[in-house]
Amino acid sequence: MAQDYTFLLRHPKDPAALLDVLRDAQARLGHVPDEAVARIASHLKLSEAEVRGAVTFYHFFSLAPRGRSTVYLNDSITSRMGGRAAVAQAFEEEAGCRFGQVSPDGRVGLFPTSCIGMNDQEPSAIVDGVVFPRLTPAKAKDIVRGLRAGKTARDQVDALGDGANQSDLVRSMVANNIRRRGPVLFGPHQPGSAVRKAAGLKPEQVIDEVKRSGLLGRGGAGFPTALKWEFCRREKGAEHYVVCNADEGEPGTFKDRVILTELPRLLFEGMAVAGYAVGAGRGVLYLRAEYAYLRDHLEAVLAAMRTEGLLGRAIAGAKGFDFDIEIKSGAGAYICGEESALLESAEGKRGEPRDRPPFPVQFGYLGKPTTVNNVETLATAARILVEGAAWFKALGTPQSAGTKLLSVSGDCARPGVYEVEFGLTVAGLLDLAGGAGAKAVQVGGPSGNCVAPAGFSRKLCFSDLPTGGSIIVFGPDRDILEIVGSFMDFFVEESCGWCVPCRAGNVLLKKKFEKVAGGKGTAEDLRDLEAWGRLIKSTSRCGLGQTSPNPILTTLKNFPELYEARIQKGRDFVPEFDLAAAIQDGCTAAGRQPECKESLHE
Amino acid sequence: MSDIRFTIDGKECLAKPGQTIVEAAKANGVYIPVLCHYEGLKPVGACRICTVRAGGRFMAACTQPVAEGLAVENSAPDLEDMRKAIVEMLFVEGNHFCPSCEKSGNCELQALAYRYRMAVPRFPYLWPRRELDASAPRLMLERNRCVQCQRCVRAVRAKDGRKVFALVDRGGRVTIDMDAKLAARLSEAEARKAMDICPVGAILRKETGFAVPIGKRKYDAAPIGSEIEKGPGR
Repeated sequence: MAQDYTFLLRHPKDPAALLDVLRDAQARLGHVPDEAVARIASHLKLSEAEVRGAVTFYHFFSLAPRGRSTVYLNDSITSRMGGRAAVAQAFEEEAGCRFGQVSPDGRVGLFPTSCIGMNDQEPSAIVDGVVFPRLTPAKAKDIVRGLRAGKTARDQVDALGDGANQSDLVRSMVANNIRRRGPVLFGPHQPGSAVRKAAGLKPEQVIDEVKRSGLLGRGGAGFPTALKWEFCRREKGAEHYVVCNADEGEPGTFKDRVILTELPRLLFEGMAVAGYAVGAGRGVLYLRAEYAYLRDHLEAVLAAMRTEGLLGRAIAGAKGFDFDIEIKSGAGAYICGEESALLESAEGKRGEPRDRPPFPVQFGYLGKPTTVNNVETLATAARILVEGAAWFKALGTPQSAGTKLLSVSGDCARPGVYEVEFGLTVAGLLDLAGGAGAKAVQVGGPSGNCVAPAGFSRKLCFSDLPTGGSIIVFGPDRDILEIVGSFMDFFVEESCGWCVPCRAGNVLLKKKFEKVAGGKGTAEDLRDLEAWGRLIKSTSRCGLGQTSPNPILTTLKNFPELYEARIQKGRDFVPEFDLAAAIQDGCTAAGRQPECKESLHE
Repeated sequence: MSDIRFTIDGKECLAKPGQTIVEAAKANGVYIPVLCHYEGLKPVGACRICTVRAGGRFMAACTQPVAEGLAVENSAPDLEDMRKAIVEMLFVEGNHFCPSCEKSGNCELQALAYRYRMAVPRFPYLWPRRELDASAPRLMLERNRCVQCQRCVRAVRAKDGRKVFALVDRGGRVTIDMDAKLAARLSEAEARKAMDICPVGAILRKETGFAVPIGKRKYDAAPIGSEIEKGPGR
């Protein structure tokens, strides 16, 4: 039977609609077959090569069938620590196929994916857009059986999570796990108070208030928010944009998910305040594909705020304060958390970072001046406006004002979200989260710092241990080098492939690391790890490559004894390739012993 | 607007406003090695071989505009070693067999390897499996030799602007895809341009080859960069 492609006609004949079209096609057809590629290319006036380029860039699009239902099982280290292997095996047994394949009846496909923002409730999977947290092997089998029996993934939602996860528009099993409510994000907020406050000020006064608060970007880079707004405001042209980066993809981070679930009004007020400050009438929320289950909820909040006069024209009754927000969905790519890659993706393209200059404040969304801010930054800015810069500045440390929302996961008694003041020590956080006896704490996710117990007195703040919010605790029995290997796999998988050092360098660095971890390294190999890591950091095009060697470099520094224990002492060189082992089978068959017991390079 | 004054390795240079470091260096008789960059195309900062240092920061000279007073380091030993390492990465990342390649002697990757006296790469060969696409009537896409520089992506377009070549996949699996329908319509001149713009032997004109014998090709006569270093700005 010929496939019906009339759904294409509902999309504008505009290349910028590419990702929306692909999402539609993938959902309807289970993949993007050749015929769809040809029809989409023709509809959008793109070449087929360009369409294939976008399909193959994102995790949740595919040129090959992915099954009538598709299971994406998170492959992060925390998922593995929480029993992923047994869950994966259960999925495979019940489905009758391996991960990376579709079951013989075509009913279900099994695929791994990078961290889905559920690190405090792993192992987790996304099945046809529905999140299944805290999976067990029995639950995995139930899901597949249910799908075969004709139930949808949504039909199989039982035991809803807390808070807004229970609302009719979400109905999700995801738990918020809010462990500590601080004064900024979780302080008492009167809906509408931030936009009303802004409406009574001049835009420059709004920027000035935020500037005096010392607010630094919460996504991890720590750029002064007010400065970004000021630069954006200064750019000529009538059309400016506010883009909210809701694409938290750093393994171990999930705090923005909780803001989106519980505090969307605060966030949208923050976007409106930013819009007022920079002179933007339109905002875009770029929502990661993994959080698509929150979309109806967020749309409903936007609709309510329009009715209440908190979005739309003449916000809070102020003439000229016009601002509205649309939601754009991602399709699965860590790199899209990088602000310029995010803009490319929001424009319907492969999420490849741009060269800077020009910066997004000059040439951003659709080429217009754009301020791209993190979810937490915008929500925090709204609170600053209401409570005042002095109130905010009194929290935290002199250089790192305010509070930080942390996503804590791994080997601790109380994983979840913590709003804490900057300046808290790692040890202090371990006390709060119940992580006594930790062997290491990963601060800032894989791109951050793997801190050893000797560093637990260090402070979480921009001048000591900066973090976008990902904190993963590793208990005394964990193999740190296995964790490092997992983190490097993540970067190899998530590199966009644009520049050579990140694309090829990370693959080569990982190979060298495996040689060392596999006991075939020497002191020379450790020096290579260090040098190659520095090379990748120095020459890569964007923040991904500039931080990707950190799992190796920070553990070489903080856990040198682990590497020393793996290398062969007193030898200058050990080959990666074991010739004797490689020909062992042949020798056995021929009834001979390999002659080359040791390397020829001795 | 008046010229911008800056230095490269201490040498006083002048640049036009908006010029990139690579362009300005060339105008001043200084060669900064580049592979992905091609004059007239929008720079993309893909190969990173043109990495220089200024104000303690590393940057791609092909995308970075010159600023007044900028002190650019171009030939510090550590920079040169980084560039050599990137050239080596490209050799191990693909499958490059110079003696049998039609582009030998005209190949910019090979020429850079000679410039950096590359003997054996410090990295292990990855020996990837890459598909060759010979479906187009005039062109062959030999992905084993491709360095993903995106010159073809930028330069070769259909009449209506659609891209004939595009990047597909991501990370270490990134390759160039050729649009079969659009490639079939390329004229002789466009096919020749696609081959000429490719810095390596990844895009080849079919039914013709080795018109100029090896030994009498561009970089057989003079090393890459020498035309700039001996130029009038020197």
